[in-house]
Amino acid sequence: MPTTRTERVGIKVSDDVVRVRQITRAFALEVGLSLVDQTKIVTASSELARNTLDYGGGGEVTAEIVEQGGRRGVRLTFDDKGPGIADIEQALKDGFTSGRGMGLGLGGAKRLSNEFSIVSEPGLGTKITIARWK
Amino acid sequence: MDRIPILKFGNALLVTIQVDMHDQLATALEEDLTSKIVSHNARGVLIDISALDVVDSFIGRMLDNIAAVSRILDADTVVVGMRPAVAITLVELGLSLTGVKTALNVERGMAMIHDRLAGSEADDADDED
Amino acid sequence: MAAQAGSDVASLVSRNEKTILPEWVEFQKKAGILHTGRISEGELQSQSRNFLHLLHEALTQGGTDTSGSAYEAAKAMLAELSRSRAMQGFSPSETATFIFSLKQPLFNAINRDASLSADQKASTVWTSTMLLDELGLFTLEIFQKSREEVIVRQQREIAELSTPVVKLWEGILALPLIGTLDSQRTQVVMENLLQTIVDDEAEIAIIDITGVPTVDTLTAQHLLKTVAAARLMGADCLISGIRPQIAQTMVHLGVELNVISKASLADAFAVALRQTGRTIVKAKRVEGYTFADKKSGGQDA
Repeated sequence: MPTTRTERVGIKVSDDVVRVRQITRAFALEVGLSLVDQTKIVTASSELARNTLDYGGGGEVTAEIVEQGGRRGVRLTFDDKGPGIADIEQALKDGFTSGRGMGLGLGGAKRLSNEFSIVSEPGLGTKITIARWK
Repeated sequence: MDRIPILKFGNALLVTIQVDMHDQLATALEEDLTSKIVSHNARGVLIDISALDVVDSFIGRMLDNIAAVSRILDADTVVVGMRPAVAITLVELGLSLTGVKTALNVERGMAMIHDRLAGSEADDADDED
Repeated sequence: MAAQAGSDVASLVSRNEKTILPEWVEFQKKAGILHTGRISEGELQSQSRNFLHLLHEALTQGGTDTSGSAYEAAKAMLAELSRSRAMQGFSPSETATFIFSLKQPLFNAINRDASLSADQKASTVWTSTMLLDELGLFTLEIFQKSREEVIVRQQREIAELSTPVVKLWEGILALPLIGTLDSQRTQVVMENLLQTIVDDEAEIAIIDITGVPTVDTLTAQHLLKTVAAARLMGADCLISGIRPQIAQTMVHLGVELNVISKASLADAFAVALRQTGRTIVKAKRVEGYTFADKKSGGQDA
């Protein structure tokens, strides 16, 4: 899957969540996603960036414009070195939260994306990848 | 720190959110509104989000909280001007904000608040008879 | 081996091109290709001539290996022909006949060829059969793909065409849904309705599903999402036209529509008018009431 553009943003403070939203918006615009699809991926990015900050103790996101089989899309990979998630299935359920928020972050982000994958190792960190295709 | 301005409009408060809010700004707005409802004896709160192109679960929760708090303080909260793409996304996200009243624009929202006030004044008048 | 067999067929074709071409065209005509009225004799002639020429070149350069680069030009032409026939509405067999009807003329040429021994004839027939079968299948594959493209395009067009939002009254919209609601179509419908609510500043939208044949759990969910999104924007939705069997299915599926639903669009419209503070009254018919009377007694009205 060739990547045509990449940008990496650290997520350390609350302002960075806003920056993640802005970069996701810019990438979604460049790919030519519809307004609704833009809004979905930007909202998903906001949920995951906040998760990275609140539960992962900070981390970073890699935003990419990717191409596959003639389709273009935005792919975001959130990476943290936090405590990890012990029960991923449980964490994906709506209403689950170990902190503030409504507990819609993970499940919500999954519903707003075309692709969603999560790798987490308790004690080592969490890596979540989402993508939205045109 | 930045604050989102709250305008007084008769016996209602009007907030127009025009910036992409970071979380502290949202939390500050929630606190400011709560204290202003009391200090201005406001009976209604209008939150205009027509400029927002994203409402995530954090801001959704803020809107829900403001509505719940204002209800306790006997004021109606109406969220106005949500964009279609934002509405679709919120529903997909799983947030339906059932405790929040909504209107298409500020004018309609203001009318909703006035209707309710007129209704409750009529009730009061009935009680006195 | 393949190269040898290929050059055998190639030299056969080049030696007999003058007889193969007219015979081939004749066979295609016999199969009724011209009766379809979608192709003229001139087109048929030139398509056949071009292909035979390209096939000859491919055989000379690449033997019988149709996956090789020597066949690119021949296959490109077949693909183009197949695609255009798919668009024009040719049937699969009418399209495949183009290649398969080349067999007989080719076999005839092999039989007539005095320079080939009986064994050589048999093996050349075998090689050319294999070759034409491969090309024939390729033609069908492209045909199939092109048909699928047509279907996808039509689906998209239907999705766009069949979701008009109509204005019933100031502030009241109706969305008469017709046909099955799949996810993709529902998304178009939903966005269209919500945008019209904003543009028209509508307070109430009526979603009429009289024309929807079945409502499954997924469709019901889509409807509910639309209703929820409209509410977030400050507009109310009513659902009308739920047919008896659909209502039953929904109950069996355990789907609850937590919205006001009415039997007919007319009933829903009446509710919408009432909710927006309007009443409908029947005008009294006055005997001998004419335009002239109205003019004179206008202030009474």
